Amino acid sequence: MAKSTSKDAQDLLRALWSAYSATPTNLKIIDLYVIFAVFTALIQVVYMALVGSFPFNSFLSGVLSCVGTAVLAVCLRIQVNKENKEFKDLAPERAFADFVLCNLVLHLVIMNFLG
Amino acid sequence: MAASDASNGSSFRNAFGSVLSFFILILIGVLAFSIRLFSVIKYESVIHEFDPYFNYRVTQFLTKNGIYDFWNWFDDRTWYPLGRVIGGTVYPGLTLTAGTLWWLLNSLNIPLSVETVCVFTAPIFSAFASWATYLLTKEVKGSGAGLTAAALLAMVPSYMSRSVAGSYDNEAVAIFALIFTFYLYVKTLNTGSLFYATLNAIAYFYMVCSWGGYTFIINLIPMHVLLCIVTGRYSSRLYIAYAPLVVLGTLLASLVPVVGFNAVMTSEHFASFLVFIIIHVVALVYYIRGILSPKMFKVAVTLVVSVGLAVCCATVAVLVAVVASSPTKGWSGRSLSLLDPTYASKYIPIIASVSEHQPPTWPSYFMDINVLAFLVPAGIIACFSPLSDASSFMVLYIVMSVYFSGVMVRLMLVLAPAACIMSGIALSQAFDVFTSSIKFQLPNLLDDSPVDVNDATSDNAVAPTAVAKTSKSEDTTKERTSKKSKKKEKEPVEKPPSKSQAKKRLLVLPLEASIIAIFLLMLLGAFYVVHSVWAAAEAYSAPSIVLTSRSHDGLHVFDDFREAYAWLSHNTEVDDKVASWWDYGYQTTAMANRTVIVDNNTWNNTHIATVGTAMSSPEKAAWEIFQSLDVKYVLVVFGGLVGYPSDDINKFLWMVRIGGGVFPHIREADYLRDGNYRIDSMATPTMLNCLMYKLCYYRFVETDGQGFDKVRRTEIGKKHFKLTHFEEVFTTHHWMVRIYKLKPPKNRIRGKAKKSKSKTSSSSTSGSKRRGTKRNPF
Repeated sequence: MAKSTSKDAQDLLRALWSAYSATPTNLKIIDLYVIFAVFTALIQVVYMALVGSFPFNSFLSGVLSCVGTAVLAVCLRIQVNKENKEFKDLAPERAFADFVLCNLVLHLVIMNFLG
Repeated sequence: MAASDASNGSSFRNAFGSVLSFFILILIGVLAFSIRLFSVIKYESVIHEFDPYFNYRVTQFLTKNGIYDFWNWFDDRTWYPLGRVIGGTVYPGLTLTAGTLWWLLNSLNIPLSVETVCVFTAPIFSAFASWATYLLTKEVKGSGAGLTAAALLAMVPSYMSRSVAGSYDNEAVAIFALIFTFYLYVKTLNTGSLFYATLNAIAYFYMVCSWGGYTFIINLIPMHVLLCIVTGRYSSRLYIAYAPLVVLGTLLASLVPVVGFNAVMTSEHFASFLVFIIIHVVALVYYIRGILSPKMFKVAVTLVVSVGLAVCCATVAVLVAVVASSPTKGWSGRSLSLLDPTYASKYIPIIASVSEHQPPTWPSYFMDINVLAFLVPAGIIACFSPLSDASSFMVLYIVMSVYFSGVMVRLMLVLAPAACIMSGIALSQAFDVFTSSIKFQLPNLLDDSPVDVNDATSDNAVAPTAVAKTSKSEDTTKERTSKKSKKKEKEPVEKPPSKSQAKKRLLVLPLEASIIAIFLLMLLGAFYVVHSVWAAAEAYSAPSIVLTSRSHDGLHVFDDFREAYAWLSHNTEVDDKVASWWDYGYQTTAMANRTVIVDNNTWNNTHIATVGTAMSSPEKAAWEIFQSLDVKYVLVVFGGLVGYPSDDINKFLWMVRIGGGVFPHIREADYLRDGNYRIDSMATPTMLNCLMYKLCYYRFVETDGQGFDKVRRTEIGKKHFKLTHFEEVFTTHHWMVRIYKLKPPKNRIRGKAKKSKSKTSSSSTSGSKRRGTKRNPF
């Protein structure tokens, strides 16, 4: 039972990996960016757990900055993904412009909130 | 106006549709603005009621001192001796909006007073709200329904009650912000554009600035997302509409001082975070399904879902732990009373005492949304045919708002836009069906086309959309006896496409039935318009600081409130403290500019209970309480002479209840005779000796010789008495406001000794414990 599960998992990982390697490079870069952002957020959460959350607004803006960055990057990835038929008529340039605008708003707010 | 424009334009075709709807929208805006001016025309350009006076005062401060002083404003004229940090406890949206408007107009050299700007803020924003309704409904069901809904919203009585000229309250701008946020959410959902998602977050920020009702948005949208996921309608657009909104919205909400960390710390917001996690899990699942073969996906599902579930369970556990550690379980009293309608009456009399927090009665639905109540079910059915993401959002919105309006009468305001949109959809679809069947039959009138509702069976075979149409037409035939609208204006816009559709689908009603149905619908709309205009003119335009009554000898105007406040501001020292029941706190600070003990921002229950206790106590005990609060004047509102029903005697039981909630020696039963509240000779001695009774009825018998109270319709119980610790200093023309001055303490050595003794022992009637705890803080 446990064996079959782990074998399944191995198969799955292999299938996932092979499917993922077919992803275009620009999407892979975005993925890396997302992973980096999420990882940064995790570091901050761990730090908060160890040291305490005292300047709570700083913690909040730090974590939400990372989470927000990741979320926006995911949105960008969804929009520029050529396999995604929902966004066929959306130019990648337009998607990127939206992404930049949204990031601008996000980080203006964060700078304001950082205190 | 809009209707006549529309009939003129009915010969126009597609090309003119957008121009026409543009002008119709302008006219709807004018209509929304002008129908709210009755209060200015019938009375004068004044701020209404209670809360608007506070907002007005804050706006004055803002325009005089600037934004930075506003954020740091500590107001020492209310809640004496505690004071109130206004900048951090007020929703600043309305104030900033009006302040900006005023500044803009002044920099354009249009010298309007702050008061004028405040008076007209609400009508201006109701025009904006109609346009936002148009946009939202257009996203859901096309521009025909949009125009109909906008016109309905422009004059829906429920919304009008909060936005007539002069009712300068948060809801005035908040309803616009609410609708506009929903529009941007639906727009993002339909387009999947990150640009609209950004705008959506900013609109949400404006809503958070404006009204505590923003929690409705931040719970409704996650519910819709969850609904979409559960029903298998997840799409990338849903992700783009929701995930950035949560992150940006939470950050932006934290920027508003009154919300601050509550945006992440209270249960009202947790649903959005939970759904935020869920949508990521779901997004991952959909992504993996996209890149894997179906067989491998099955394997993956079990793994990913179990991991996702584990994460969710962990989060829920953390949240539950956090929530359980706070005394109110993280919910504010008002939110709790929404979830459990009996909560407020059981635990928080201060919330229950406000009439707009009571559950509504059935007639108030008819009064406030009128014929829309009948059209809403038809609109819901129309939303299901076909069901899109946007229309499922509207269905969820109406369902939730119906529930909330059933709990709290003031949330009828949230229901009104939903009801307007639903009715707009229903009416526009009904007209669609009728006009297209007429159009279809006009060219071949000779032909017998007996296709009626009973032919639905044949339609069923044609196409699924035809089924939808049929249910709609069945519905409209049912409703046409009772409904209608002045929405025909929309028709020209909708007609051309619907005609061709109708031909294709063979869904045709008999000509006569269509004509009659249209006529009845128009009748229904006329009824709605008549009712709305009546409500605007008669029911909701009274400013409540100026009262009028019509009797056989003409119109009487009672301007006693302003008379009393003017007396206070001219005849008392600037630093004198005035005690009254909290209802009149805002008006006293705004109009008389005197320090008050409690006001309508009921943030400190104990303080209010202290005033309630003083009003319910005998004269001596009350004098001591007031003396301890440094009060110089006591103000009571008395309607017995002219028959003004919402006076202090009628509110008195709430003072007893709220006072008794904190100071147990005040017992409601002492003031009731056999469970009846009465002030005649059968009243209890406690009642007849309490301060409120004495202040209201002092010298009352001198007016007509019998002391007949016109509100209670009875002769008062105790007619001749003297006041020992208070002296009457002013009574207004119609006796509606009576102001008393506390007599200074007796200037004797013995009095001093007695006073200190009274702290410990003399309180056989009023309880030494209370006074002990009471005096310490001050």
